[in-house]
Amino acid sequence: MSSDKIEAGTITLVSGQGDEIEAYHARPVDAESYGSVVVIHHMPGYDSSTKEIARRFAAHGYGAVVPNLFHRYAPGASAGDGAAAARAAGGVPDAQCIEDVSGAVAFLKAQPSANGKVGVIGYCSGGRQTYLSACNLDVDAAVVCYGGGVVATPDQLTPERPVAVIDMTKDLRCPMLGLFGVNDANPSPEHTARMEEELKAHQKTYEFHTYDDAGHAFFWVERPSYNAEASRQGWHEIWEFYGEYLGG
Amino acid sequence: MCTYLTSTEKVAGTGLGAKGWFPIESAVVYFDHPQEAPVEHALCIDFRAGGDDPGQRVAVELDARSARTLAESILATLAHDEVVALGVD
Repeated sequence: MSSDKIEAGTITLVSGQGDEIEAYHARPVDAESYGSVVVIHHMPGYDSSTKEIARRFAAHGYGAVVPNLFHRYAPGASAGDGAAAARAAGGVPDAQCIEDVSGAVAFLKAQPSANGKVGVIGYCSGGRQTYLSACNLDVDAAVVCYGGGVVATPDQLTPERPVAVIDMTKDLRCPMLGLFGVNDANPSPEHTARMEEELKAHQKTYEFHTYDDAGHAFFWVERPSYNAEASRQGWHEIWEFYGEYLGG
Repeated sequence: MCTYLTSTEKVAGTGLGAKGWFPIESAVVYFDHPQEAPVEHALCIDFRAGGDDPGQRVAVELDARSARTLAESILATLAHDEVVALGVD
């Protein structure tokens, strides 16, 4: 009988820019070799729902790390206070996000049983940051879950987020899986069609799934937006996709 | 929405938190995913203190209709002649 033992808890992660942030690490304890995933939390913060996702990856045989992208704004604070502090400060700059995800990738690759393959997955604003990370870091597979703001108009750009992520598509370094809800306004079906157009134009490997009757945040179990069928199908696609590209 | 689109206003006042009253220096207003309210999007306001404690805030999450009603109520209340500004511009 194979072991299903996992270990999970808070760690200190060294960002790519050298400073330390809080993170949550989950891993299968007895696996001889496993692929890994950086889990990027949603706009409401580094919360218990996202940590639960990390444990789910571990239970399925993957190492996982959730970097707390809001740590610098409110060290040790609750998810809600951290999210509020980050928002009040103007939000996470893209350059800082890339460095934090870079640190998480390095951490996962350095684990004794890691097979060297690392994917990224993110939800909501984390979906956009997954797209961003996959265009700027050497990762092996990216899963964008209803990432809003990938398609951005010039007036939506800020000093913290100065470039529309969709304009980075030519630099995408790995296959991408996109999971969306047809009733979502951000990203809307028009936004995801624009993403597909760009991915096709640059001959990238990708697959998008848009679920009927689902809106934004359909994976979020505790919220009214949760959609059981979309979530079930979405998780199936994730396991297939990461199974192929991360060797999980 | 999952957007950082946010309006931040300097305000003067006090808020009641878990540890008692504290001065409020800013109000951060946005329409986005709430932390707690059982709606997909909410009009959220964080009344924030100016110090280093991220927990020194009063947060509200209102559904859009409630937020509009509240905004109109505030403006209607302030429209009375007897309301006089007390030095906060």
